[in-house]
Amino acid sequence: MAKITLDNLAHSYLPNPTSEDQFALKQLDHDWVDGEAYALLGSSGCGKSTLLNIISGLLHPSQGRILFDGRDVTHAPTAQRNIAQVFQFPVVYDTMTVRDNLAFPLRNRGADATYVANRVQQIAQMIGMEDMLNRKARGLTADAKQKISLGRGMVREDVNALLFDEPLTVIDPHMKWELRTQLKSLHQQFGHTMIYVTHDQTEALTFADKVVVMYDGRVVQMGTPQELFERPEHTFVGYFIGSPGMNVLDATVKGDRAVIGGTEIALGKAFGTPSGKIELGVRPEFTRLSADEGLPAKIKRVEDVGRHKIVRTDVFGTEVNVILAEGEGISPAANRVAFAPEGVNVYADSWRIKAEGEAA
Amino acid sequence: MNKTVNQKAWFLVLPVLVLVAFSAVIPLMTVVNYSVQDTFGNNVFFWAGLEWFEEMLSSDRMWDALGRQIAFSAIILAIEIPLGIFVALNMPKSGFWASFCLVLMSLPLLIPWNVVGTIWQIFGRVDIGLLGYTLDAIGINYNYTQDFYAAWATVIVMDVWHWTSLVALLAYAGLQSIPDAYYQAAKIDQASRWKVFRYIELPKMMGVLMIAILLRFMDSFMIYTEPFVVTGGGPGNSTTFLSIDLVKMALGQFDLGPAAAFSIMYYLVILLISWVFYTVMTNLDKRDGV
Repeated sequence: MAKITLDNLAHSYLPNPTSEDQFALKQLDHDWVDGEAYALLGSSGCGKSTLLNIISGLLHPSQGRILFDGRDVTHAPTAQRNIAQVFQFPVVYDTMTVRDNLAFPLRNRGADATYVANRVQQIAQMIGMEDMLNRKARGLTADAKQKISLGRGMVREDVNALLFDEPLTVIDPHMKWELRTQLKSLHQQFGHTMIYVTHDQTEALTFADKVVVMYDGRVVQMGTPQELFERPEHTFVGYFIGSPGMNVLDATVKGDRAVIGGTEIALGKAFGTPSGKIELGVRPEFTRLSADEGLPAKIKRVEDVGRHKIVRTDVFGTEVNVILAEGEGISPAANRVAFAPEGVNVYADSWRIKAEGEAA
Repeated sequence: MNKTVNQKAWFLVLPVLVLVAFSAVIPLMTVVNYSVQDTFGNNVFFWAGLEWFEEMLSSDRMWDALGRQIAFSAIILAIEIPLGIFVALNMPKSGFWASFCLVLMSLPLLIPWNVVGTIWQIFGRVDIGLLGYTLDAIGINYNYTQDFYAAWATVIVMDVWHWTSLVALLAYAGLQSIPDAYYQAAKIDQASRWKVFRYIELPKMMGVLMIAILLRFMDSFMIYTEPFVVTGGGPGNSTTFLSIDLVKMALGQFDLGPAAAFSIMYYLVILLISWVFYTVMTNLDKRDGV
């Protein structure tokens, strides 16, 4: 297990990138703490798989270095990095038995036979496939195969990191929960550094200690699920995480007041006089309907999703969503939306700015 | 769901039946007809029963030709399959050179069999052929018209030259279908090159290799044109394979009865071997975990 340091890392698939747009992965400096579980979250094409492949050594970065525990491995081949990776689609050796599949990485490294036998037994128990050990891997269901892939990833105890590249894509929804929970408990049990790539926010938020949100080749925020929810550092994070995502409204901000479409509202905190493209971001959870305060809104429709209701409203042409608790009614007089001050974030050019007095 | 029963649908099969009748069934039946009759000419035939079959089964001539045939098929399979796989493994995976190799390799497959025979016939001649002359010049006694080994070597090398591409192209198609993740996983698992071949590439190629083996077996077992053009079955009878022998018997000696009996048995042997082969291979394929 190791601390992974990304130093000035960037990657372009073109041989001589000239502008920043040509980088699939823009310059990046990060430390991935030993033993933590990270989720790399972002929509497709945001560079998360590129980053993963650079860490695993399947791809060599255009610039920068990767260090495992301070040792430069930027140009080391995959085999020397001592990492394990589980791919999007199950990779199993069809002609081998489940047992041989699990033992393969150990045997290739010349492990002792009794050790291999014990370890395979242990892993098989973990992934719940003890009774299938002597079966050929061919013809198993996709989720059984993916479990074998997971098992093969975990069979080595000394790996520097375990990488997962959207490993649950092919798994049935009810199995997803089970496998994810299993992964989580394995992580707690063995403390491997785990990096988990996904575009599914639920997966990321339930699996990881820290979620790394990527957008357009850039890491826009790295934080605990709670931080991502309460204080999205970038409007993309606000929009991408949450269901529905954060409401974003164009505004002008001066001190502790904001003006949206000619209506002034109080922010509860002072933000100075920020410049650039100013937006207000408020999660639907911090938005309520009101008859006498806030912004004039037109209710377009109400969606009942069981636990709560989502009210879709229109505020000066921008969609603003409001979450109402179950059983909460909508007053016929409610023609405004108001924001709870603790849930209001101010963005300049898509990046969050701190209120005056907020801890750094 | 209710299915309507309409026997008129059989009429839709009729065109195919007619075609198959003319292309296969009727010619085959003529052969069957000849195989049970004898003639002294003048188009007068009389019933001979299974006489020809008995005669053929007890003739050394047919058994010898069958032996040579089996040896030939076995040798070319043993060379072409591994060689084709080897070539496929070493072909570029993409880009200009991949297309270049594909075109280059399909060239021998596009040459008419007769021409292939003629090419090698000339190529191997000691007086004017590049190969024959060169071998002779460096002191190797090579003359496919007189020497048994030279004749066999020529016929085999010719077949390998002609058909290895087919195996290679099929194997290449099989290799191309392997997702990158398999190779990446193998790297991570620290698998050796041999293990990558043994556990990833070979299993994924099995399907197409089966087809390649079957095609090459059937084709080589029926080979006629190329060796006929090059050696004419000689020296002596040393490269007289089943088809060549059959043609000699039917058209050279005009022994229609024995030749017809021979044909039928030949046909059954190919059918039988192909069937056994196919069954064994598909069963290997289905041998899932128990």
